[in-house]
Amino acid sequence: MTVVAPERAGRRVNPVSAALLRRTWLRTTLLLSPPLAWFLVIYLASLAIMLVTSLWSVNSFTQTVDHTLTTQNFHQIATGAYPTIIGRTVLLAALVTITDAILAFPFAYAMARIAKRRTQRLLLVAVLLPLWASYLAKIYAWIAILEKGGTLNWTFSKLGLPLPNLGFTNAAMWIAFTYIWLPYMIVPIYGALERIPGSLLEASADLGGSGLTTLRRVLLPLALPGLVAGSIFTFSLTLGDYVTPLLVGGANSTLIGNAIYDNLLTGGNLPLAAALAVVPIVIMVAYLVGAKRLGAFDAL
Amino acid sequence: MRRSGLARAGLWMWVAGVLLFLFVPIITIVLFSFDASKIETWPIRSWTTHWYSVAFHDAQVRSSFLLSIKAATLATLIALLLGSLAAFGVHRARFFGRDSISLLLILPLALPGIITGVALNSAFQYVGIPLSLWTIVIGHATFCIVVVYNNVVARLRRTSSTLLEASADLGATGLQTLRYITLPTIATALVSGALLAFALSFDEVIVTTFTAGAQNTLPIWIFGAIRLGQQLPEVNAVVAFVLIIMFIPILIAARLTGSENVVRSAEPSRRT
Repeated sequence: MTVVAPERAGRRVNPVSAALLRRTWLRTTLLLSPPLAWFLVIYLASLAIMLVTSLWSVNSFTQTVDHTLTTQNFHQIATGAYPTIIGRTVLLAALVTITDAILAFPFAYAMARIAKRRTQRLLLVAVLLPLWASYLAKIYAWIAILEKGGTLNWTFSKLGLPLPNLGFTNAAMWIAFTYIWLPYMIVPIYGALERIPGSLLEASADLGGSGLTTLRRVLLPLALPGLVAGSIFTFSLTLGDYVTPLLVGGANSTLIGNAIYDNLLTGGNLPLAAALAVVPIVIMVAYLVGAKRLGAFDAL
Repeated sequence: MRRSGLARAGLWMWVAGVLLFLFVPIITIVLFSFDASKIETWPIRSWTTHWYSVAFHDAQVRSSFLLSIKAATLATLIALLLGSLAAFGVHRARFFGRDSISLLLILPLALPGIITGVALNSAFQYVGIPLSLWTIVIGHATFCIVVVYNNVVARLRRTSSTLLEASADLGATGLQTLRYITLPTIATALVSGALLAFALSFDEVIVTTFTAGAQNTLPIWIFGAIRLGQQLPEVNAVVAFVLIIMFIPILIAARLTGSENVVRSAEPSRRT
């Protein structure tokens, strides 16, 4: 019996398909070029231009951008009101991240390890809807809840408690941020907890570990990468937000995002805005490097 | 035993509390959109659908809604193309820097949006590109690519490569394999990715502020109107409308590829 090569059997093998199937590197290169080109030409190049722009200045007479390199913007950021604004932003981002972690962990645990299949699916949808719900609607809702005639004050007055009057304060910002980013924290913790083999928890119990010991020595360390991954979102998204402070914040609620927004859109000082945008990048790069060390990206 | 039962009850109470926290604001905003009063106070005394009709007939709301739809459609198309190409390129290929690609794609979502906004704005100003529909689309597509990518990668990981090899062994050309094998397998992942990318773009305000110039997308109109505070009952109706209408693509996507997949679509890359 003779083996008929496909070519001889009357079927022409398209040389292009054959080459692509055999040479994976060629296929990979061809497939990856367009998306990588987009990121290189548009995203990374823009970031590079922004970094250079941060070293330019605005001529105070002509109001045009002067392309002479100077570190003047960074000196300006290091003095005056900016250190306070940066400190406030980082503090708030940390506070929001911690609050979200505390709220999310028991929720994610119940969802991943206790809930039956059906409840688990329902809870997933319950996280999914607020996660993808309109961002502005979510912030706007907190105005209606926290303002003087809002639902929170009304509830407190019905219960005979003193009115919290949280509208347009830093506390309002803290609550609103905690709210909008909470699903971003629940999801990765849930993912990490769900992947823990049940046998590990049984082993811990068999070896005499109490519930708390198992939590501290088994669950928390294994969920840590998920927690770190979630915190990347809660921390980073708070760091650059200017909408929440403008809508629910008060007089002392200026964050880095607002400083950037004001300098670029109302102050016409693009170089200073670009320099201010470098601050969250530096903070986030440090954060991401730390997160990678903890293996946060392997867990997802 | 009794202690663990108590702990479990406490856990479920915590879950109930978090659920309340997650949904009270959403319900509140929908209720207020039917409030007949011009000044928002709780409890609502009389109900109306009047503000929906006001919003519906508002020319500014209409034109900004239209701009949002246009921008989201174009951004989604670009994201579909580039996101699935990236997914196919990364899938199964083992090469140096493969993880860096996933990291690069998630960067516009993981870094604060304002950075993408300012970066694009600096670049447009430097190159001298006037802000237009296209500058909005460029910004949106950049952060939407990863959503499609995540969906397609997740699907590819679950499909066997033997199907493609079998197709080639049977003499199918690359295009035939794409048409009869690859596309049907990833179809729902593509639709789900597209719906989520569309939702993400349709709702975006932080990057858009820096790439839109004087044009209003719907979120920018809402943001401006809340700040001005002059037509708040109408804003309530628009916001509630956007909230409800956005649940549609999300729920369809969840139906197509599972809620688990949808909640993770905007996450850092999962191990592929």
